[in-house]
Amino acid sequence: MVLKTETGTDRIEKQLSIRAPRAKVWRAITDVAQFCEWFRFKLDGPFVAGQTVRGNPTHPGYEHMKVEMRVEQIEPERYFAYRWHPYPNDPKVDYSTEPMTLVEFMLEETSEGTDVTIVESGFDGIPLARRAEAFRMNDGGWAGQIKNLARYVS
Amino acid sequence: MSPSRGATALKVTEAVPVFAALADPTRLGLLGRLSTDGPLSITRLSSGTGVTRQAITRHLYTLGEVGLVRHTRRGRERVWELDAKRLEKAKQFLDTVSAQWDAAADRLKAFVEGSEPTGKH
Repeated sequence: MVLKTETGTDRIEKQLSIRAPRAKVWRAITDVAQFCEWFRFKLDGPFVAGQTVRGNPTHPGYEHMKVEMRVEQIEPERYFAYRWHPYPNDPKVDYSTEPMTLVEFMLEETSEGTDVTIVESGFDGIPLARRAEAFRMNDGGWAGQIKNLARYVS
Repeated sequence: MSPSRGATALKVTEAVPVFAALADPTRLGLLGRLSTDGPLSITRLSSGTGVTRQAITRHLYTLGEVGLVRHTRRGRERVWELDAKRLEKAKQFLDTVSAQWDAAADRLKAFVEGSEPTGKH
């Protein structure tokens, strides 16, 4: 259960409490085999700062999509950060042309277990590419915009 | 994309002016400023860019013609902002990503609390 959620335009923040020791939570997040299990990814290597791991989601319907995670920083049992292209959920979009967002996991020991904060930031860096995505989505505001545009140019 | 597919080809053709409007470093910079700091006046948008107010104005109108930005009045000042419809799209995207993180966080919690304390796998 997510305790707190904060969504601005640039960042998404989630906080949750886990009834387990910090070491165990840390392994679940930074041991690639464990991470893949709950995150539903298949990845080709361990998380090492400065290195990129590649793979794909294992979620049905998304297996064909390519995922890259560039590990930025690992501070044992405290901080884990990587960059990626925000959740590649549309198979029609080429995410490789977009700047990456930064995902951070922060762990804190509590009397009941471990508090985990997850932050994904950097969304404001990608509005232009998202506009290209919006073009492919033939609905909502952009369909209207394109019609206006067609009227304007013709 | 194929010319034989009329509907698709039409959409791509209609999109061309928008991409043309985007294909300029100054205009991309303006969109970036408006997305992080907007709405902004032309004075604010031109300060520190080394580009004249007149040129900035021209660029803003180019972006406005394809529906990427628009201007409104704030007091006596005219300010420029990104088009709200486009921002709705961005917000929808963020909402989707946010929901995915909720699900991932729940799975992490279930995974850690459900597995054996000494388990390495």
